Amino acid sequence: MTNKKPKLAVWKFASCDGCQLSLLDCEDELLAVADAVDIAYFPEGSSRMREGPYDLSLVEGSITTEHDRKRILEVRANSRVLITIGACATAGGIQALRNYADVKEFARAVYASPEFIETLDKSSPIKDVVRVDFELRGCPINKSQLLEVISAFLNHRKAAIFSHSVCIECKMRGNPCIMVTRGEFCAGGVTNAGCNALCPTYDRACFGCYGPNETANTTALAHRLTELGASPIDIQRLFHTFNAAAEPFASAGIKYAR
Amino acid sequence: MTEVSISGKVILGLEGLGKIVSNLRREGYSVIAPVFEAGVMKLAEIESADDLPRGVRDQQEKGTYRAEQIEGERDLFKNNVSCFSYKSFLHDPHLCVFKAKKDENGFTIEKPEREEKRFAFFGIRSCDLTAMSKLDDVLLQGDYVDSAYDDRRKPVMNIAVNCTTSADTCFCASMNSGPRARANFDLALTEIIDDERHVFLCEVGSDEGAKLLCGVPFEDAPDEDDRAADVLIVAAAKMQMRSIDTSGIAELLQRVQTSHRFEEIAERCLACANCTMVCPTCFCTNIFDVTDLTGDNAERVRHWDSCFTLSYSQLHGGSVRQSVSARYRQFITHKLGTWHDQFGGIGCVGCGRCIAWCPTGIDITEEMAVFRQLAAP
Repeated sequence: MTNKKPKLAVWKFASCDGCQLSLLDCEDELLAVADAVDIAYFPEGSSRMREGPYDLSLVEGSITTEHDRKRILEVRANSRVLITIGACATAGGIQALRNYADVKEFARAVYASPEFIETLDKSSPIKDVVRVDFELRGCPINKSQLLEVISAFLNHRKAAIFSHSVCIECKMRGNPCIMVTRGEFCAGGVTNAGCNALCPTYDRACFGCYGPNETANTTALAHRLTELGASPIDIQRLFHTFNAAAEPFASAGIKYAR
Repeated sequence: MTEVSISGKVILGLEGLGKIVSNLRREGYSVIAPVFEAGVMKLAEIESADDLPRGVRDQQEKGTYRAEQIEGERDLFKNNVSCFSYKSFLHDPHLCVFKAKKDENGFTIEKPEREEKRFAFFGIRSCDLTAMSKLDDVLLQGDYVDSAYDDRRKPVMNIAVNCTTSADTCFCASMNSGPRARANFDLALTEIIDDERHVFLCEVGSDEGAKLLCGVPFEDAPDEDDRAADVLIVAAAKMQMRSIDTSGIAELLQRVQTSHRFEEIAERCLACANCTMVCPTCFCTNIFDVTDLTGDNAERVRHWDSCFTLSYSQLHGGSVRQSVSARYRQFITHKLGTWHDQFGGIGCVGCGRCIAWCPTGIDITEEMAVFRQLAAP
């Protein structure tokens, strides 16, 4: 068993590194992870990088350049199982805000010599380019969920990861709904669970960093938030932040833009 | 001090209330009561009757809950149902069903350690008492008793409070589950406040309840106090603005199964499951297995689920209730209709939590009135 440990690779595309950091953040479990898999390629963790093929690739980040678009094809070809980690890889990330703006104008505003910038008009999730076996949500991902996904992969079982609302986790933790008690503009009702209702537990509204949950009814939420006094810009920002390119957040945000 | 027999009524004061709490704690009970925290009446353990908040006034409406503490008010119970029900204490949101360890012969099953707990629910309202007996019907009857629930439920002591006020969301009177506690309590209190007195009419519901009065200073309840309590409880029932007409309700729901109204509700519904989480009788759970990285240790886990999730109706090939309208229909059809065939009675106790805690303010009483109208010949 020990000499046939599955080979793990961790890849970075357009992202902040926060999700792959979650792997290093598994302090107490890191040795167990290293015991269970052969960490063959993880530039953030080790300068010893070995060639594929890999049994499991964890992919962080979105596709924003032609170079990366080609690179993910190679990663896919070299990976038996490919799992995306985080909002960038799964939904295009915060950089997908460019999808609703003029990228050239952004480049002109930011860079002294924008002519050196070669970038695509859109930030795309990995699934738009290659087949993805599993998507782990969050900005950043939750390390317990990451361990669960790796454990499930290693033991050939379904991961206990759910696609229902944050509200279920929130109520299971015994938090009274702050949208109901204070009229907070909370996105929990349309946002995928997985964070264990982190923000509402610390008394602030969910801002949807796990992206839309199954059958998210953004229209009903936007309508209620308007009744509670949210302006169109409040609603647009709620939907267009970390998962701006994920439907139905994408169209809900567009509807409330301007 | 004389013994009080079952259904006997006595009058006691604040000191007596304090003594009841300390008697319970001396017997090893965790005393759970509504406490006022961050603008909400929540259920939490109290150490003495002094922890009970005074003068809390709550307003509950569709998708709205507001509460405040009025300076100078003495009352303890002139407020309404707490934000969560007692279900969380008896029917764990997360439960480890068993653990399994791999060994040379396959694997061995271990029973997980679970802290023994004895709860006394102090200030439980009639709707929640009724809900508890409905959960008993579901989880303790038949061939398969839910042992985790049973362990928690068996030692429970209920110190009920008869409501002397109702929230705008309350409709227990129409569900025949309040505002007076009729069964399932050890003691039932009605708070009476007038110019001279702040007392509690205390009805004994069980021998254990009678024993709790040990060392409690009390007097036999005069008829006029009994009548005064009646007046307050009747007034609370009359205050109720909402109701559900339960006549022929199961049949009515069958007649409207294909109604377009369900799609209209689905337009407003987030399928977030808040209603089922706060409902004191919703009991559904999901069971799944997890392992550690090595695969040598596995756990079977059970946690709260809801008929509003897609995975709830997942069968081979997909989810049976893809549309939110189908999920809402399932929720009310079971709660108000098919519950009767399965467990007897109706699954709703009229606590109104699903109305107040629905983020978009969907109102089950309003929807049932619409369905009744739609079904009218």
